[in-house]
Amino acid sequence: MLRYILNRVLGMIIVLAIVVTVVFVIVRLAPGDPAALMLGPDAVPEDVAALRARLGLDQPIIAQFLRFFGQIASGDFGESIFFDLPVLEVIGQRAEPTIFLTLFSILIATSIAVPIGIVSAYYRGGLFDQGSISGAMLAASIPSFWMGLILQQYLATDAGWFPVSGYGGPDASFADRMGHLVLPSIVLGVVNSALIIRFTRASMLDVLSDDYVRTARSKGMSERRVVLRHAFKNALIPVVTVIGLTFALLISGAVVTERVFNLPGVGSLVVGAVLRRDYPVIQGTLLVVAGLYVVINFLIDMVYLAIDPRVRY
Amino acid sequence: MAASVSAAMQVSLWQVLIQRRSVLIGLIILAIIGLAAIFAPLIAPYEPNAMSIRDRLTPPGGQFLLGSDEFGRDVFSRAIYAGRVSLSVGLGTAVLASLFGVVLGLLGGFFRRLDGPISRLIDAMMAFPDILLAIALVAALGGSLFNVILALSIVYAPRIARVVRASTLVIRELPYVEAAKALGVSTPNILVHHILRNIVSQLIVQATFIFAYAMLAEAGLSFLGVGVDPSTPTWGTMINAGRAFVGTADWLILVPGAAIVLCVLSLQIAGDGLRDALDPRLAKEV
Repeated sequence: MLRYILNRVLGMIIVLAIVVTVVFVIVRLAPGDPAALMLGPDAVPEDVAALRARLGLDQPIIAQFLRFFGQIASGDFGESIFFDLPVLEVIGQRAEPTIFLTLFSILIATSIAVPIGIVSAYYRGGLFDQGSISGAMLAASIPSFWMGLILQQYLATDAGWFPVSGYGGPDASFADRMGHLVLPSIVLGVVNSALIIRFTRASMLDVLSDDYVRTARSKGMSERRVVLRHAFKNALIPVVTVIGLTFALLISGAVVTERVFNLPGVGSLVVGAVLRRDYPVIQGTLLVVAGLYVVINFLIDMVYLAIDPRVRY
Repeated sequence: MAASVSAAMQVSLWQVLIQRRSVLIGLIILAIIGLAAIFAPLIAPYEPNAMSIRDRLTPPGGQFLLGSDEFGRDVFSRAIYAGRVSLSVGLGTAVLASLFGVVLGLLGGFFRRLDGPISRLIDAMMAFPDILLAIALVAALGGSLFNVILALSIVYAPRIARVVRASTLVIRELPYVEAAKALGVSTPNILVHHILRNIVSQLIVQATFIFAYAMLAEAGLSFLGVGVDPSTPTWGTMINAGRAFVGTADWLILVPGAAIVLCVLSLQIAGDGLRDALDPRLAKEV
């Protein structure tokens, strides 16, 4: 088992190293001088040269790469050109809405999707099942920002049930800020529930035909107990995995949803950074988000290992 | 996996089309939208950029079938023309991502030495959220139509590569590949004629989904203002421009949004039906 964990840790480190390399390459794909691009057409050559030196762009590409790699490994993600602050600090300032938006959406998506998936599998082929499969497919076809705009108009502006947009202003209390995330989270949660519905259903179907479920039934156990205690508990593992994988989808959704609801999160930060050509912020955000994804999925694998004896080999 | 590969070999795509009504319906809807886009100049009642300030924000019905926008441009005509760009991005990405993905997947699945590095590369690429990676790539490459397609192809190629690699790993061990090797058939020949030919069906299924994802992603990029040039009408740029009029002229976002949903939904229905038909084991489960 220790060997398995070590192998997985090594694999994770290699993947993280490739993530860093990919980010390095992407920023260098830009034609022309990145320093000149960042400072815009009105910059004086002296400023461009100074920025080139500051970013190490005057060195050979291999030296730049090694320097970049070393900096990232030591936790230095560079400085934002626009904010003149360390990138991690800039991301940290914008992290709250994105983190809570993602968490709430996962909660909403899971609490919609898991019961639907279970009932769907139980009544397989029935009206509810067909309806939920079609509904899941429809949900996965709706652009989250489009649904956000529509719900924002009808549920927030017209009905007044939710704050329309923003994050409550600089002095808003925590509860007020979270209140501004409810509608965006519902939008993102509904759109992203599709994948979890399908996985829960498939996983339940697998388990419901297993011998121990038949044994439990033949012992005269109540259906409710059979489905929830015996079947669902075992169907949960693939579902947890897919919730981990949904993380990347949710971050993608959060980027656009933040724009709909004017939330000052990491998504708006990246879009702003693209328009301002603030490359260190773009690369820093990519690294943080992809890094988190790798680590979260590693941790889920470890949870797997702890709760499912079949994985221990 | 072996079962799915052999099933994929037996079922021809035409059989699937005839037997699976859902696939057919999905493809027919898509074909109608596609044909409307191709023949846009013949179908559109107005020039997509023809302005008529006097007729600004006219509700649907009457002179403008689906209403007019803030410059008095016909929304129906614009939506048809925008379909050209949106569908091109979807189709272009599906083709290019398949090309990249097939090369990576075949190399990784066939050559044991390359498998480790290629698999890790795929894992690393899949760690980036699609929109975020696409934003960064478009920011670096520039926002032309081709660059958006290229960026989205880089984003989605790993998904194709993963499927191709898995199938290649299985087919590589089958007796007829062994036989071809023994007969001295060259490696490129084996890769193309013996392996690739047998995963074409699965590739089409994956490409259908990539087509759908790419259309959603393009709409997202255009909505954020970091996709194709905002003056180019795509369904995403139409929604972005119409968001200022939600509540007063809802049709400005409802029409392009419905077009996206219809296209993506029919692609998903077609993709799902094809996958079920090609892999009967999946049909029972998912």
